[in-house]
Amino acid sequence: MSFQPVKFYQTGTFTVGNRLLVPEERSVQANMERTNSLNSGHRACQGCGEALGARYAIDAAMHATNNQLIAANATGCLEVFSTPYPETSWQIPWMHSLFGNAPAVATGIAAAIKIKRQKGLKDDVRVVAQGGDGGTTDIGFGCLSGMFERNDDVLYICYDNGGYMNTGVQRSSATPPAARTATTMPVGQQPGNVFGQGKFMPAIAMAHEIPYVATATVADLRDLEHKVKKAMTFRGARYIHILVPCPLGWGAASQDTIKLSRLAKETGTFPVFEAEYGELTNSSKIRRVLPVEEYLRPQKRFAHLFGKTPAVATLVRLQALADKNIRKYQLLDKEAN
Amino acid sequence: MLKQMEGSHAVAEAVALCRPEVICAYPISPQTHIVEGVGEMVKAGKITNCEFINVESEFAAMSVAIGSSATGARTYTATASQGLLFMVEAVYNASGLGLPIVMTVANRAIGAPINIWNDHSDSISQRDSGWIQLFAETNQEALDLHIQAFKLAEELSLPVMVCMDGFILTHAYERVDIPTQEQVDAFLPPYEPRQVLDTHAPVSIGAMVGPEAFTEVRYLAHEKQMQALDLIPKLAGEFKTIFGRDSGGLVRPYRTEDAETIVIAMGSVLGTIKDTVDEMRDAGVKIGVLGVISFRPFPLDAVREAIKHAKRVVVLEKTFAVGIGGILATDVRTSFFGFGIQIESYTVIAGLGGRPITKASLHELFEKAGRDDLPRLTFLDLDWKVVNKQLERERKMRRSGPAAENILRDVSSTAAHLG
Repeated sequence: MSFQPVKFYQTGTFTVGNRLLVPEERSVQANMERTNSLNSGHRACQGCGEALGARYAIDAAMHATNNQLIAANATGCLEVFSTPYPETSWQIPWMHSLFGNAPAVATGIAAAIKIKRQKGLKDDVRVVAQGGDGGTTDIGFGCLSGMFERNDDVLYICYDNGGYMNTGVQRSSATPPAARTATTMPVGQQPGNVFGQGKFMPAIAMAHEIPYVATATVADLRDLEHKVKKAMTFRGARYIHILVPCPLGWGAASQDTIKLSRLAKETGTFPVFEAEYGELTNSSKIRRVLPVEEYLRPQKRFAHLFGKTPAVATLVRLQALADKNIRKYQLLDKEAN
Repeated sequence: MLKQMEGSHAVAEAVALCRPEVICAYPISPQTHIVEGVGEMVKAGKITNCEFINVESEFAAMSVAIGSSATGARTYTATASQGLLFMVEAVYNASGLGLPIVMTVANRAIGAPINIWNDHSDSISQRDSGWIQLFAETNQEALDLHIQAFKLAEELSLPVMVCMDGFILTHAYERVDIPTQEQVDAFLPPYEPRQVLDTHAPVSIGAMVGPEAFTEVRYLAHEKQMQALDLIPKLAGEFKTIFGRDSGGLVRPYRTEDAETIVIAMGSVLGTIKDTVDEMRDAGVKIGVLGVISFRPFPLDAVREAIKHAKRVVVLEKTFAVGIGGILATDVRTSFFGFGIQIESYTVIAGLGGRPITKASLHELFEKAGRDDLPRLTFLDLDWKVVNKQLERERKMRRSGPAAENILRDVSSTAAHLG
């Protein structure tokens, strides 16, 4: 964990019991005065990783900004399940415009705030933009790159569930290789999503040399809270990419959302790290490296790899990708392994 | 203050006087001089308390405008042609959300074939987008309409497009009367948003609306535009009181009182038409002109009132609906259809992609119309020889090649396409 020197290994996880901490170090979610920015009653599926990630992220951002936060939201699951007219789960000023423009809308909000501050607004209002992986890595990519390049004062949060789940589980450029989606069916010579395609947005964000880039999963929510709060200490463009399992799209049990998130990290499939101004500054180490198979097997989107004749060659390729992540993002805990 | 200046700079001056708070833009000819002008003024501190943002696309420009307008900032952008088309999704979004953004459209043709010169295809393509569209006849009017546009937009909470002919107005040096800051401040109060992203009173904007309420929300947009039909003349009146000149309004009749033929058009071509009409009036022809300033909302009553006594209307438009013909002409016909008014109506497509509209061609056209000797749909100065040659080529050969390039070759070999 990046924010304190002592590691608490309890119940086989990194979770830190709040009662062991001094009050100011306790989690935002443990605070009686947490804002419930994304309030209960929304329409997300059981076990939705995105709903969980968004609640923690936005509550942490609210905490860090003294509740002076405005959010721009891309079209997608998060937008749809949180605001079925005339209801809304958002307890903060929130705006949805289009699928591909959340970063630019946020730029506009930040520009307006800057002028209002010049004209006497006392509150230091901050801006967050959020979207799924489709809205981020595909259709919103141009606007996101523009926002990064101008270094606009916006925190962009991508909730990555590896596909267009809202429209019925189609492939995005964040869909992992070999995964089954409605547009990469497990048929033909190369079942599932092809290898050698797709993009890893955090690396692209780093290439823009923006002040802060981080990845996180919903398995380590203290880490997520910490990164959101840390992001709010910077001015300029910031990017947090959160892996959020989708029980529907992944074909996983809804009670396995946290477990799968942890396995994604512990296998090296999803690297958890921080970077500042384009340079890697911190990696969340893997305690015990697990084979990718442990992450893949519980998910029906990879079921075709584990049939009567296991797709050994494909598994080897997926393992190689995880190993590469481990090297590239320095994920190995040398003490533990 | 009277000044000799380029149309684009006159518009930039007008925008500056309106105390904009956020300006975002992506460059596209012939809009560039406008945003260069305001950009420099922001950088030099001539426009204070304003953020100028160079964005990466027109889609981003309109999206930034949506964000800033929803946060309560007076917001301006400008575009043209392909740029307007590239931002279309956000154009509809801005009006659907009821955000009072003001945008200049420096009217330019739409490709393919790519063409940077003037016609009205770009803004007319957005006629159903829910934006108010005002067309300027002169640079003075372009300047004045921007000042009116901010007030109109903010009173109704609807976005307004000020359309001015690319190059013909944007790049023309003319005398303009630049108002004082005191005059503009007296006319245009600070922006008080109806809806705003405010941390002290959080709202959700842009929720999903299903069949149970969508029709009502959409109807409201129409209702707002109907309100604009009353508000536009009212603002033109207030404008006259403060600035001392006629500018804006719904329509502008010229020598229509006893006219048997009334020519209807929008934008700068009205100047050439009025000159032609003056000459024909001198020769005793009963002809007049009706300029349409407000294309959306379309002033059905005002148009009908202006033309009801005429024998015929000639609607001359710098755009057309491929596969049917006129667009403005269809709207004009709607104004008198079902009112028991017998008027012949002729549609003339003219000035596409910057094709000059000459007095000589207009003379001939209006004389033919006066004899009711005009087809219902005319393409002014169309070179039939070139068109027929290409049609012949396509009949003869399966692989006849790209049409535009063929026509360009044919035209350069005859070189007689400009009248």
